Amino acid sequence: MHFEYFIEGGNFAEAGSTSSQVKKTLKQLNVDGTVIKRTVVALYEAEVNIVAHAYSGKITVELDEEKIDIKIVDEGPGIPDIKRAMEIGYSTASPEVREMGFGAGMGLSNMKNNSDKLNITSTVGKGTEVEIINYFHL
Amino acid sequence: MKISGGITVKVSELADKLGLTIFGGASGLQNEIKGGYTSDLLSDVMGHACSNQVWITVQTHKNVIAVASLKELASIILIKGLEPAQEVIEQSDIEKIPLLGTKEEAFEITGKIYNILKG
Ligand SMILES: Nc1ncnc2c1ncn2[C@@H]1O[C@H](COP(=O)(O)OP(=O)(O)OP(=O)(O)O)[C@@H](O)[C@H]1O
Ligand SMILES: [Mg+2]
Repeated sequence: MHFEYFIEGGNFAEAGSTSSQVKKTLKQLNVDGTVIKRTVVALYEAEVNIVAHAYSGKITVELDEEKIDIKIVDEGPGIPDIKRAMEIGYSTASPEVREMGFGAGMGLSNMKNNSDKLNITSTVGKGTEVEIINYFHL
Repeated sequence: MKISGGITVKVSELADKLGLTIFGGASGLQNEIKGGYTSDLLSDVMGHACSNQVWITVQTHKNVIAVASLKELASIILIKGLEPAQEVIEQSDIEKIPLLGTKEEAFEITGKIYNILKG
């Protein structure tokens, strides 16, 4: 199965709606509860990172018998130092975004902790690609 | 935090005991509370809160409902007498997440809830 969603940078009111739709779909498909919970946390953080840090993005969800594979591709400033960005507490979020409770610098570490495989590649000035893979049975 | 050996309380019971204002999400008032999490950082809650916990926060915007719904939290409690906007109340109704309020600070209300859940 294959689903696609489009995310608009800066649109905080809608942030999380794709994660919520994917959650509903996974529930309908009777995916294991723990896998749903982990996937939803990782996807939410990736979705919010597009809203907070990029201009626009596309989320592709691919499901087969063994796994859920999510690709999150954005057009945006990119991440110059991915290793540094992964550190808890590192954030370039604006003061306005921080006031809303975003910008703790915990999103990428949440993604790491809630995915079986996490691949991040980024080109400065172009955009960022994130892939989250979670297996139904490990 | 999770409280080991603690008791389970319904959101409606907690609201009664502590005189909490019910702003929205009333259809979730029968949700059972098993612990709580106090934080104003959304990704902290995303990463560390557990389902059926009550979330104590100053954040009043719509994303709070999204986080609570995705994490299947029992309820949200806004502190310091803060009031949510109408669209936030509507979202709490849609997601069936009770959105409650208190005039107290995070420290006081968290302590009171801890004592109740500890049994
Ligand atoms: N899609 C992206 N495009 C550009 N930069 C990004 C992207 N995702 C993350 N970053 C960079 O990596 C940093 C750390 O990301 P992370 O998600 O861990 O924290 P945050 O988004 O700043 O705060 P939080 O997720 O805790 O609300 C960001 O502040 C930003 O500089
Ligand atoms: Mg983030």
